[in-house]
Amino acid sequence: MSGAASDAPAGHKDYEGSKLGMWLFLFTEILLFGGLFILYSAYWARYTADFHRGGQMLNLGIGVANTVVLLTSSMTVAISVSAMQQGNRRLSIWCLAATVLLGLVFLGNKAIEWSAEIGEGLYPNSPELLARPHGEQLFFGLYYSMTGLHGLHVIAGIAVLSFMLNSIRRNTITRTDYGRLENAGLYWHLVDVIWIFLLPLFYLSA
Amino acid sequence: MTTRSYLEAGDRRGIPAWILSTDHKRIGVLYLAAMMFLFLVAVTIGVLMRVEQLTIAPPLFPPQIYNAFFTVHGVIMIFMFVLPGLPAVFGNFLLPIMVGARDVAFPRLNLLSWYFFITGAVLAVVSLFTGSAPPDTGWTFYAPYSIRTGGNVSLAVFAAFVLGLSSILTGLNFITTIHRLRTPSMTWHRMPLFVWAIYGTAWIQVLATPIIGITLLLVILERVFGIGVFDPAKGGDPLLYQHLFWIYSHPAVYIMILPAMGAITEIIPTFAHRTIFGYKAIAYSSIAIAALGSLVWGHHMFTSGMSTAANVVFSLLTFLVAVPSAIKVFNWTSTLYKGSIEVRPPMLYALTFIFLFTIGGLTGLMQGAVNVNQHVHDTYFIVGHFHYVMLGGTGMGFFAALLYWFPKMFGKMYNEKAAALAWFPIFVGFNMLYFSMLVLGYMGMPRRYYTHLPQYHTGHVIASIGSFVLAFGLVILLGDLLVALFRGKKAPQNPWNGVSLEWQIPTPPPLENFEEIPTVGRPYVFNQEAAR
Repeated sequence: MSGAASDAPAGHKDYEGSKLGMWLFLFTEILLFGGLFILYSAYWARYTADFHRGGQMLNLGIGVANTVVLLTSSMTVAISVSAMQQGNRRLSIWCLAATVLLGLVFLGNKAIEWSAEIGEGLYPNSPELLARPHGEQLFFGLYYSMTGLHGLHVIAGIAVLSFMLNSIRRNTITRTDYGRLENAGLYWHLVDVIWIFLLPLFYLSA
Repeated sequence: MTTRSYLEAGDRRGIPAWILSTDHKRIGVLYLAAMMFLFLVAVTIGVLMRVEQLTIAPPLFPPQIYNAFFTVHGVIMIFMFVLPGLPAVFGNFLLPIMVGARDVAFPRLNLLSWYFFITGAVLAVVSLFTGSAPPDTGWTFYAPYSIRTGGNVSLAVFAAFVLGLSSILTGLNFITTIHRLRTPSMTWHRMPLFVWAIYGTAWIQVLATPIIGITLLLVILERVFGIGVFDPAKGGDPLLYQHLFWIYSHPAVYIMILPAMGAITEIIPTFAHRTIFGYKAIAYSSIAIAALGSLVWGHHMFTSGMSTAANVVFSLLTFLVAVPSAIKVFNWTSTLYKGSIEVRPPMLYALTFIFLFTIGGLTGLMQGAVNVNQHVHDTYFIVGHFHYVMLGGTGMGFFAALLYWFPKMFGKMYNEKAAALAWFPIFVGFNMLYFSMLVLGYMGMPRRYYTHLPQYHTGHVIASIGSFVLAFGLVILLGDLLVALFRGKKAPQNPWNGVSLEWQIPTPPPLENFEEIPTVGRPYVFNQEAAR
């Protein structure tokens, strides 16, 4: 973090400043999920066997597929930022569009997965779930809370990236003025990183 | 470059000129206006609670209404006045000026924070009048009661969530401003100590608030979908709710007190006409409070069923956090030593802060000891203690800051005699009210009861009378400022002979604060010769 007193920004753009602000915001996002991770660890320690069985009830295939989708989308958004820095506007647009598309694929998979689970009666407060041990009820409570909150972040990320896409098309994000795109990319990476923790906690806990 | 003040500059007129402005000064004033209104509402509810306690039976208000009273009083005071008070009002107005900047780092985000604040406030008020019953959980929203009660908790909790978002964005904005927008000559050790305090505060706002955010969201999810994480019937553990709640809410206590300490640190040297004693000690103690304060949340839970080991560790850490607070008190006192002290209204309230905060702090230490805590937990002792800290500390700090900077903010002088006169009922009423609570609590009066046993009656009557006296004093004080706003004499540029940057620019400040970005030397140099 820049410790030294810095020049007052010329004009109104301060990239260092906006990046610092963005990183602070990302900290708050990590801490937001942090509360859930604390709950997860506490209940995992108390109901390890139930969490193990809970993990077996999830669809590992879709979980892994979604991980691949999100990792790929992180790559495409990174390419998009680099391409913009090098002035390759066309590549930047295509890669950003691909990122948005992959985000939608992720949500689609998630919807299929949730519908199947809800169809099996595995949702909070369902008679099916209430008949199961406490640990499994908590496992699914956390599963829906955490993947749901993550899903909301994916939706927000898609909205932000679409907005950036529009800005590139209108030439308000350019080779010399790409700070917002970079920050949007950081946000998308965060969404990705959180998922990388969700995958082992839920799908691989079996 | 215009030299017109921020109150006159700009193209828009009337209300849009305010609610669409991204000027940090106008946003500060917007917060002030909203908060003063909310503060008066919460004071009124507080007085109504004291009216209830004047008699033993029959109650004037039914118990359910009393429950709603203390919940709403707490929610408004904590989330809408004490927590955001000094950072949002004085931080916004003064931080950029004090570091020699023209605005905060993200002016539009700043305005958005205000809108979140107002949205949260409106939602909280709406939650009172919609749903089957008003929220009745107390401001802590403890599970499992908060997930079972028929009161309108979901909306109130969501309001607190939105207010938290506002707080996070303000903190983020201030950290970035302090890192990026200080005038080049302002090194870290030349920053005014108010800025240091806001800096420590902003870090807590950013790092702690998300935890309460997720906790409150989980309460909503629990109520709507029954996810079970805090519900013992489904294997959830309410103790974890308390942990998550206090992981935020204890550091939040320092969000409340640190900026008030910062304001006091500005006021005392100005009126002692003497440089601050122990600049670095005060600066770093702000950071130390922010850091240590994040590790002591468990002392709210000594009777909740934590392990003995956890109790002992949290007790020890609680004693440690008293050290940096005491460092500040000793440094203020040392600053006064051999100063030529001039007791004008801001100083009067600042000295009152030190006195009341010391009582609040010491009673806090008593509760930091596990065995004393077992005795006084959930009694009026706690209520008395945190009012000494919150109203006696942050509240007095807020009024001291308001009296100190009011002339700069509005360009008007208030009647100093009236402000000093108001101090008397405020001080007397305050101590009648809250010292009685300390005594009542020690005798065993539990908090949050709508009535009391006969042996507590005398104490309750003294406290209730105190509350009327206190409220009377507050009305005089705020009335004085309100009159000054419309009829006050024009304030000079530097009425108190302060030396920080805000006193070097016109009153009220021009829109862009500085025509040229200023150069600064050592802070708190009151001898003008030495300054050159």
